[in-house]
Parts: sequence; structure tokens; C-alpha cells
Amino acid sequence: MQTQLQEVISYMPEPVLSPEMLVCKDLRKVYPTPKGEYVVLDDLQLSIRQGEFVSIIGHSGCGKSTLLTMMAGLNEISGGQILVDDDVVRDAGPDRAVVFQSPSLLPWLTALQNVMIGVKQVFPGASRAEKEDICKYYLDKVGLGNDFYKRATDLSQGMQQRVGIARAFALKPKVLLLDEPFGMLDSLTRGELQDVLLEIWQKEQITAVAITHDVDESIFLADRVIMMTSGPYAKIGDELVIPIERPRNRKDVLEHPDYYDYRGYLLNFLNH
Amino acid sequence: MKDKSIKMLKTIGLGFTEPLIRLFSGEEPAKNGKLFFKQALLPLLSIFLFIAIWYAGATALYNSEAEVRIEKARAEQGEEAALAMRKCIESGDVSCQPNTLPSPAQVYTAFKALWQDHLSISEKKADFKARVADTNSEREAQGLAPITYTGRPSFLDQIGTSLKTVAAGFLLAVFIAVPIGIVIGLSASLRTSFNWLIQIFKPVSPVVWLLLVFMIVKTVITDPSIDKSFIISSISVGLCAMWATLINTSMGVSTVDKDYINVAKVLKLSIGQNIFKIVLPASLPLIFTGLRITVSVAWMVLIAIELLAQSPGLGSFVWEEFQNGANDSNAKIIVAMFVIGIIGFLLDRIMLSVQNMMSFNKGIA
Repeated sequence: MQTQLQEVISYMPEPVLSPEMLVCKDLRKVYPTPKGEYVVLDDLQLSIRQGEFVSIIGHSGCGKSTLLTMMAGLNEISGGQILVDDDVVRDAGPDRAVVFQSPSLLPWLTALQNVMIGVKQVFPGASRAEKEDICKYYLDKVGLGNDFYKRATDLSQGMQQRVGIARAFALKPKVLLLDEPFGMLDSLTRGELQDVLLEIWQKEQITAVAITHDVDESIFLADRVIMMTSGPYAKIGDELVIPIERPRNRKDVLEHPDYYDYRGYLLNFLNH
Repeated sequence: MKDKSIKMLKTIGLGFTEPLIRLFSGEEPAKNGKLFFKQALLPLLSIFLFIAIWYAGATALYNSEAEVRIEKARAEQGEEAALAMRKCIESGDVSCQPNTLPSPAQVYTAFKALWQDHLSISEKKADFKARVADTNSEREAQGLAPITYTGRPSFLDQIGTSLKTVAAGFLLAVFIAVPIGIVIGLSASLRTSFNWLIQIFKPVSPVVWLLLVFMIVKTVITDPSIDKSFIISSISVGLCAMWATLINTSMGVSTVDKDYINVAKVLKLSIGQNIFKIVLPASLPLIFTGLRITVSVAWMVLIAIELLAQSPGLGSFVWEEFQNGANDSNAKIIVAMFVIGIIGFLLDRIMLSVQNMMSFNKGIA
């Protein structure tokens, strides 16, 4: 099976390569502990092209969330560098929108206001009506067309995460970073939100990086699955291209002849 | 409609009427009847029990004091004087009544007397105002200050003064404690550097604060026409009461959810936006908890402070009645005690409703 898959991959037509959008060079992350330094990530190299959807899987505690927060600029980089569109990442910014694991909405604001607070930062020149149109467009896209004025606390967990996705896309970021975005949801809601996410992403073609520990999710979402070795000194262990054509729907992906080969390949990596 | 009014009643702290409303609309009579008994009738019963114990206690104290008086008369002036004393006490004559804990009935009488007193004083005031109206308009035309009523304040006036003092002290506490709380909440090093000062000043007694404020105000304000006692007492109240707000604000600000901070970082909010859009709203529930404590502390220390500062409020009312030693003084002091308690309770309820409205977690507002 392994060789079969290798063949599939090697016979793939050479894709037209878009420019690099997100690059990690010799990336290193060290946490000081009383017993000395704990090296989470070491010598990590990664290059993601514009418009690519990459998912990163690995065992919990391997440092994949650390990697994502470093890309977001929310976590200090101990060594090496991260480049986004050829600019070195120094701190957080709206060009790298983050969808956190918990929805992280501001509970005293409505759904619309939660999206608006970001839109105001990114489009300071736009008129009030234009800004509101942007917010409403994305809230409508994530299926909250009737809930603009509901308070965040009155929304279910799944609906809150929908607002989180709308907020991220409304920033028109260069890179979308998703930190186990559906990890806290039940499997039905998770499936719905994966569909919503892919649908908008298909339209916007934003470079996206999703951290996940769900093998099926990683295949369904991504063009390329990055596998991280377990820490300490975690780095990229392997990667797998998922050439299933887009736009994807769940049924076609599950029935794709190579689906179980991809799945087996990933599980095989995780189990060793 | 019904659910809305219940929600509102709950917000203003009258949640115990909920079963009664449900009962009247015929909703689960058995369950709501039981609930009403538990939430409204039981507290009422306990109040009756309290009055009964008070009555019994007051009677016992009255009898024992009466006996002492009779015995004293017997020892000093002989049997005849003792009999006369007994008769005098039984007749209810003011001159020989035992001076002890007043009974509920006496307190009620004193309450009515205070109310009558208030009515007659207001009448006098209105009368005075009518009489000087012409003179005052003339004086106003000449640019002179109008003549004001300078008679004795009524009990209600004194309540008003006390409320004004507390309001001023509370506002002062808010304007000092909230900004400082935010600033030291934002910076861990400021927090540690201020911590000792806060911990040292927090337990200082209201009386000492009053003396400190007195030292300063006496020097700063030399104009005799300014009412110093009001300024001194309200500043002292503010200083005593602000600590809860200061500590809660700094704690609220320093423990804002990390997720919200990350959102602010990703959106690159400026410091001002960060404070007003993220930090302040996130810490409002804790700030209001602090303010609620501040109000109750302010009301509690007010009486002691007024008593010492000679500010014409409830505190000085209590002190004057105690010094006065008239026949119904004790009863008036007890009336003041209940008034102080009830007003304190109402103030707390008001703050609680404001707190409920501000707290986003409960989804009210």
C-alpha cells in the first residue's frame, strides 16, 4: 500500500507554484524551566505557498500550538525566524487572523460588534455602512444571517465559533491561522463548521494553516498535511500532499479511492 | 409579560415575590405556594419572633430597673418613698420612668413623634420662606445672599444630609479608586509596589482617617463660610470606603481573560482602545462588586464619622439624643438604628441591581 501511494504521489502532475507566503527558517522555541531549558521546537523548516491550505497534525504536547502562536506573533520566537509575505514576524497583527480553540468572543458585545471591532481596525477609512456590510457579509456566510444583534453569550458554542471564523475572514488577512478551531465542539457541529470554513476559504483563497489532532479533519481541509514529531526537539517529520480536487464535499472525499491510503499513512506516522 | 416582570423584579432584588406572581396567574399552585411560604412568610415570621424577643427583653429590663429604683428609694428615704416611687412608675409619669432598653411600642411612639416633629418643622420652614420671600427677592436684586432658615433640622433633614455625605464620599472613592485600580491593575510592578501601602492603609480605623482629613482640611480651607464638617466627613467616608473598589478593580483588570488580550493583540488595538473596549468591560463585574462593598462600608463608617465631625446627619442625631438623655431619647436612638439599617439595606439592593445589570455573564441588560 505504501509503495502504491508513493506512486500516486510521484505521478501527480507538477502544479503551478504560487509564491511563498509563510516561511519558517531554523525555527526554535525554548521554554526556561527550573531544571534548565526545555526545547520545544528545534531546527524547524516550513514553507507554505500562497493560497495553500496546510494542516499540521501531531500528538498533543508536540508543540504544534506553540508553532501556531509563534506564527501569530503571540508567542516569542527563541531562534530562527518566521516570514509572512517576506516580512519578518515580530508581533501580532491583523494580517495573520487567528481562530482560537475557544471562540474568544467579547461576551459584552453582539455578534456584529465582535466582527466590527476587527473590521474597524483594518478598514479605518471605510464608511460606517461599508464596514457594517463587510461584517454582515461574513456573518451571513457562516450562517448567522439572522443573529447579527444577538449577544455573544446568547449564542451556542458552535455559533460562537462561527462568529470567530467570520471575524477572522473579515480582517482580509494574508494568512489565516486556526488553532484546533473545532476541538471543543461535538462531532456533528464540527462537521458543519468544517463545511462552512471550506466554503468561505474556497471563495477567499487565503493561505491557511490549521492545527488539528483529527486525522480525518486534516485530510478533508488541507492540500498538504504536515506531520510533527513528538517533542522535545520537535520538528517536521513528514508531509503528505492531498491532491483531492476542490471544491470538496465530505461525501466525495470519503469515497475518494485514495482516502484510506492517506488516512493509513497519517495514522501510521502518528503511531510510530 | 409575566416572565419579563419577574426578570425585572429579580434584577432589583425582589425575587422573593416571584412565587406570588406565579401563584396569582394560577401556575403550579402547590409548588408556588410552598415557595412563597419559604421565601416570604418565613422571613416575616422571623421578624415577628425578633419583635417578641425584643418585647420580652425590654419588659424584663424595665421591671428590673424599676425594682432597683424602688429599692433605692426604700433604702434612702424609707418605706413611704418606696411606695410613692412604685405608684409613680406604675402611673407612667415621665419624671420617674426607668431609663433602659425601650420596648417596640415606645420605639413606634418615638417614630411617630419624630414624624410629627418633621411635619411641624417643614411647616415652619414653609412659613419662614413665605415671610422672607419679598425680602429675599429684594436682596437678590441687590446681589446679596438670600436669608435662609437656620432652625433645628428635622430627622428627615438629617437623613438627607447623611445620604448627601455618603453620595459625595462614594463619588470621591469611585474617582480615586477606579482610575488607580486600572493603572495598577495593568502593571504588575506597580501592583507590587503599591501593595504594601494598600495593605497598611486598608485596615486603618475610620476615626483615624477623620483626624487625618481634619488636619489637612483645617489648613487648606480657611474660609469660615465654607461648611467644613460636610467636606471633612465626606472625604473621610470616601477614604475609608475606597479600598474594596481599588483592590477589586486592580484584580479585575489584572485577571482579564488571556483570550481577550490575544484578540486585542491580533487586532493591534491601541492602548486606549484596549482599556476601553477590552479591559474595562471585561472587569466591570468585579469593579461593581467592589463598588457594592464600598457603598456598604461608606454607610457603615458614616455614622461614626458624622458623630465625631459634628456634621448634621444621622450620626450626630444619635449622639445628640444620647447626650440629651430625655425620656424618649433611647427610643429615638433605636428608631435611628432601624432607619440606618433599612437605608443601608436599600443602598445595597440598589448596588446589587446595578451590578446585575452590568454583569454580562448573566445576560441581563
